[in-house]
Amino acid sequence: MSKGTLFDKVWDLHTVGTLPSGQTQLFIGLHLVHEVTSPQAFAMVRERQLTVMYPQRTVATVDHIVPTESQARPFADPLAEAMMQALDQNCQDHGIRFYNIGSGSQGIVHVIAPEQGLTQPGMTIACGDSHTSTHGAFGAIAFGIGTSQVRDVLASQTLALGKLKVRRVEVNGDLLPGVYAKDVVLHIIRKLGVKGGVGYAYEFAGSAIEAMSMEERMTLCNMAIEGGARCGYVNPDQITYDYLNGRDFAPKGEAWDEAVSWWNTLRSDANAEYDDVAVFDAADIAPTVTWGITPGQGIAINETLPWPDSLPDEEQVLAQDAFAYMDFTPGQSLKGTAIDVCFIGSCTNGRISDLREAAKVVQGRTVAEGIKAFVVPGSERVKQQAEAEGLDQVFTAAGFEWREAGCSMCLAMNPDKLQGRQISASSSNRNFKGRQGSASGRTLLMSPAMVAAAALAGQVTDVRDYLPTH
Amino acid sequence: MTQIEQITGTGIPLTGNDIDTDRIIPARFLKCITFDGLGEQVFADDRAALEGRHPFDQPQYRGATILVVNRNFGCGSSREHAPQAIARWGIKAVLGESFAEIFFGNCVAIGIPCLTASAEVVGQVQAALDTDPTTVVTLDLATQTVTFGAGAGAVSMPEGGRQAFLAGTWDACGQLVANADAIRATAATLPYVAW
Repeated sequence: MSKGTLFDKVWDLHTVGTLPSGQTQLFIGLHLVHEVTSPQAFAMVRERQLTVMYPQRTVATVDHIVPTESQARPFADPLAEAMMQALDQNCQDHGIRFYNIGSGSQGIVHVIAPEQGLTQPGMTIACGDSHTSTHGAFGAIAFGIGTSQVRDVLASQTLALGKLKVRRVEVNGDLLPGVYAKDVVLHIIRKLGVKGGVGYAYEFAGSAIEAMSMEERMTLCNMAIEGGARCGYVNPDQITYDYLNGRDFAPKGEAWDEAVSWWNTLRSDANAEYDDVAVFDAADIAPTVTWGITPGQGIAINETLPWPDSLPDEEQVLAQDAFAYMDFTPGQSLKGTAIDVCFIGSCTNGRISDLREAAKVVQGRTVAEGIKAFVVPGSERVKQQAEAEGLDQVFTAAGFEWREAGCSMCLAMNPDKLQGRQISASSSNRNFKGRQGSASGRTLLMSPAMVAAAALAGQVTDVRDYLPTH
Repeated sequence: MTQIEQITGTGIPLTGNDIDTDRIIPARFLKCITFDGLGEQVFADDRAALEGRHPFDQPQYRGATILVVNRNFGCGSSREHAPQAIARWGIKAVLGESFAEIFFGNCVAIGIPCLTASAEVVGQVQAALDTDPTTVVTLDLATQTVTFGAGAGAVSMPEGGRQAFLAGTWDACGQLVANADAIRATAATLPYVAW
């Protein structure tokens, strides 16, 4: 059993008590709410004649269903419009802060909470969305929950949970040029498996992680869940504090100093005990692309697709299924695979640094003919910042569409969808069958810079061929 | 609240590892403000692709209440719509080699026990249901066993969830709310609550 880790400390500090079942009743410091998984939860709260216990610790926005072209209300889709109205009304009824479209602060829930300083070290954070693990980048314990649990948090600001084990996932050394946080996490998932993290929290550590910016750490923690780990986190450090200082909801003045002192005590102890440790060498990580139907089915761009019989027994059936669905052949390279759609955005890679990296690749070049390429900023603030830097001009001059903030084609609960057998190069987080809105659509996950390169080439390519050499 | 100690019924075998919640209920069906009607949409795209050959469309499995799956079932999105769809189709319990964390928790919260067994036992149950769809399966949470026709095997579940089913406290909401004083006391010790 783990001891002295940040996870243990934060868990203990938030423990309200032990329930008769043996589960822990855990206080939730920040509850993030969006339009898709909350309406039924609010309905249950009403039916049971309960109230929202800590509305001031609850924050809502809209992201999954919002169109990214025209956001004029009412939405063309009446179901989407009904969900918008339900959230707006529920927030009004319960006194919950709501960042609606046009507020200047709307966006993907996992983008807006960090950028406003709502996400802080040492918090427990829950949201009805599996990518809540993103917030672990700050040294918070953050995880996705279902709608009945959203109800529980609304009504009691707590959850009934069993404690997770802790695996330290170390990445040591320097990342090579053209290798991004997305490649690191795709590499880790590929090696540890999509169920490798079930029952665990992942503590990401090692010199390669310590060198990462906050936005890179968010990309990393965002996809912990794709490796089966309900939450992933990085110990807070000066990079965390520098990012937070001065943001809207960050503590100010004396409270800031008090906060930093407290946060420093939460870091995993030097002699902390872990349930498991996995160690990676940063130099082994190359630009990585998924070829299959789970995020664990990935290869380095210079590798060829595996032969199913070379895989462990338990992965062979899934690999056969993936080859059939994707229409790929064992032994082939992914380089040169023709692409139909290029999507840059999502809670994984829709932040300003992602757009900057992609723009570096795109600058002065043109999207290949016949490719639909579009950039969806993760939030209204990201959009505004990108426009202030002229990134929108870089993208549109090259032939990309420049959109409004939302989840867009990551999960295609909005008008952005693949059609038929289209294949996308996508900076999002899931390549499941049908994920991007077409039951036969195909998704290749990669870094935003790799998506940008794919858009220019019209096919899967190695972004390192597009980066300036020094 | 209902105690859940034993679930008996016919079963439906659904083979394959890493079946994600997008497959269980595609995202377009999440555009709703109630869970009503999700039962008919369960596995919509997989069923359409198999044109009637999906176990959920095969007449011999109609009326089954126990779903038997393989490894890492329910991975991906946290959408409770997935277990809601399965439950509204008529499933009362799931037996599998392993379950994704969030899916498991969502199932507990709505009273659907997910029990794990070895790959061997799961394979035997699936084979039995394949050979004879009328095979009666019993999952016993108290003794942690599964019986299927003449066969039997060991099953397990994380202890917190298991006790919650046996005690009938799987819907935790009431218990959580009842501890309001302790909740406020804990909140008062957290520095950030005051910032």
